[in-house]
Amino acid sequence: MEWVLKNMRPGFGEALVELGEKYQQVVALNADLSGSTTTAMFDSAFPERFFNVGIAEQNMMGISAGLAATGKIVFASTFAMFAAGRAYDQIRQSIAYPKLNVKIVATHAGITVGGDGASHQMHEDLALMRVLPHMTVIAPADYWETRKAVLKVAETPGPCYIRLGRTDTPLIYDDTYDFQIGKASRLRDGEDVTIIAVGLMVAKALEAADVLKRKGISARVVNMSTIKPVDKNMIVEAARETGAIVTAEEHNMIVGMGSAVAEVLADYEPVPQRRVGIPDVFGESGESEELMEAYGLTVENIVENAKMAVSMKR
Amino acid sequence: MEMILVPLERMDYWYDIDPALPELRSTATRARKWILRSICEAGSGHPGGSLSIVEILTSLYFRVMRHDPENPLWEDRDRFVLSKGHGAPGLYAILALSGYFDEEELVTLRKLGSRLQGHPSMNKTPGIDMSTGSLGQGLSIAIGMALGARLDRKDYRVYCLLGDGESQEGQVWEASMAASHFKLDNLCTILDRNQLQIDGPTEKIMSLEPTFSKFKAFGWHVIEVNGHDLKELLRAFHEAETYKGKPTLIIANTIKGKGVSFMEGSLKFHGKAPSREELDQALRELGGEA
Ligand SMILES: Cc1ncc(C[n+]2csc(CCOP(=O)(O)OP(=O)(O)O)c2C)c(N)n1
Ligand SMILES: [Mg+2]
Repeated sequence: MEWVLKNMRPGFGEALVELGEKYQQVVALNADLSGSTTTAMFDSAFPERFFNVGIAEQNMMGISAGLAATGKIVFASTFAMFAAGRAYDQIRQSIAYPKLNVKIVATHAGITVGGDGASHQMHEDLALMRVLPHMTVIAPADYWETRKAVLKVAETPGPCYIRLGRTDTPLIYDDTYDFQIGKASRLRDGEDVTIIAVGLMVAKALEAADVLKRKGISARVVNMSTIKPVDKNMIVEAARETGAIVTAEEHNMIVGMGSAVAEVLADYEPVPQRRVGIPDVFGESGESEELMEAYGLTVENIVENAKMAVSMKR
Repeated sequence: MEMILVPLERMDYWYDIDPALPELRSTATRARKWILRSICEAGSGHPGGSLSIVEILTSLYFRVMRHDPENPLWEDRDRFVLSKGHGAPGLYAILALSGYFDEEELVTLRKLGSRLQGHPSMNKTPGIDMSTGSLGQGLSIAIGMALGARLDRKDYRVYCLLGDGESQEGQVWEASMAASHFKLDNLCTILDRNQLQIDGPTEKIMSLEPTFSKFKAFGWHVIEVNGHDLKELLRAFHEAETYKGKPTLIIANTIKGKGVSFMEGSLKFHGKAPSREELDQALRELGGEA
């Protein structure tokens, strides 16, 4: 498949500037990564509403909570490891519990961080954020979805976590895409199996569907970009209509998006499910594509698991 | 109050005539070259903060620390925690030059399957005492090691290298409080005061000054040196070793990217690999034999 690649992070930076123009209450915080997170754009446009707290992520979350308590729409950004990881308790106690209007935009999630290695490869953030009451959790698939999601969450009060990657990713959508929180999008119709993917695995899922088609298996493809609240209807419908599910995510297989889907299936429509994700191990240094390969985040692995899921149908 | 066992004037004299100094200087230059080669080969990494710590690491591993490259897990070795883990290429170069592994292995930095991870990993690399990479955590670990030595009645010392931007993390100050509270005079911390972090100068982003009096107020014995002057560093490490009752902090004033004209004081080379051409120029500037 011929993909047009584009980095998703500027989708955040640009949307943030747009929001800054529209709403006086929008403020942004960063912890010494304003270039990489693209919040430097907001700094240039609205320096008086931008706060770089230095390398102090826990402090950043606390300050964000305080700003939100005064009615600001707060965007706090750093790498996923230092947001969901380092500042987990500050997010839990000071943002989620008091239900404050802080949007955490976490970049450089997942194994595709590459050379920095395990200390920087965040495979647990969807899990950590998903178990917090009040928290909305979103992992966009491309530049456009990032842009639209950032604009949308600003208009929706309450705590929110948006997960972005480091690398350039295939464009799935265009400017006409209407992102809705909690609504998955069906990208491909199919009858034999449904591949539910998130983030950069959405493009791999579409490629896998092509491969499966050549093998005579008709695969539906769904982008589950809101992990919480998860789109139950879309999952149950897929289970009823296709009878088998494969999930694919750049995240530890434990408690990520795949588990969120499994929970819905268990409660409403048990059908065979196979999960593609990072095994329960720490990552390592390497090139992004090599690592995707080494840790099973491949088209072939989705295809294999789809075939398995189909064969498990009763 | 200060208890310095060896009079400073005599130390000055001794280090002035230390016959090993020229050799140490050429070791430092070789380490710089390996840092640049390995990062260029990897295509990513942190040259600036690796080059600023070369003299600190050279004095520690070639003069100050008790360690044995043949026996990396020797129980009585001095411990070293690179709290600013992104300086890993500097530490790897020094470990290789010390004999922990072949110098040639340095070019596997950051490659899939390599023992040399982007940030230090104690379970992968011989000579690494602690896995780091998430800033602000190393000093607490060094304190744990220093307490462990005390419990085991062992006389090894613990060294910890902090970044200046890193010191904006709250945990650094929780640890600073604990180190003096526990009177850990077997602990010596070095602050790589290169004045820069990613987004700009530390004093512009989130000011740290006055660092000297802050650490002093937290109960540390504080020494300030030129972090590229081996004599000053060796003298400070000696003073730290002989100072009793408090942990010592050495503020090492350094230059980020030290040794390469176009990297010195540059924000750009915090986390960017040199191109082939830049590498060639850098190696030429550093001179000396390969
Ligand atoms: C907890 C944490 N937050 C952010 C980062 C990303 N990061 C890597 S290096 C760096 C700047 C470090 O500045 P400093 O400590 O001054 O290091 P040096 O100048 O010696 O390179 C940052 C923010 C990180 N590694 N860990
Ligand atoms: Mg610095």
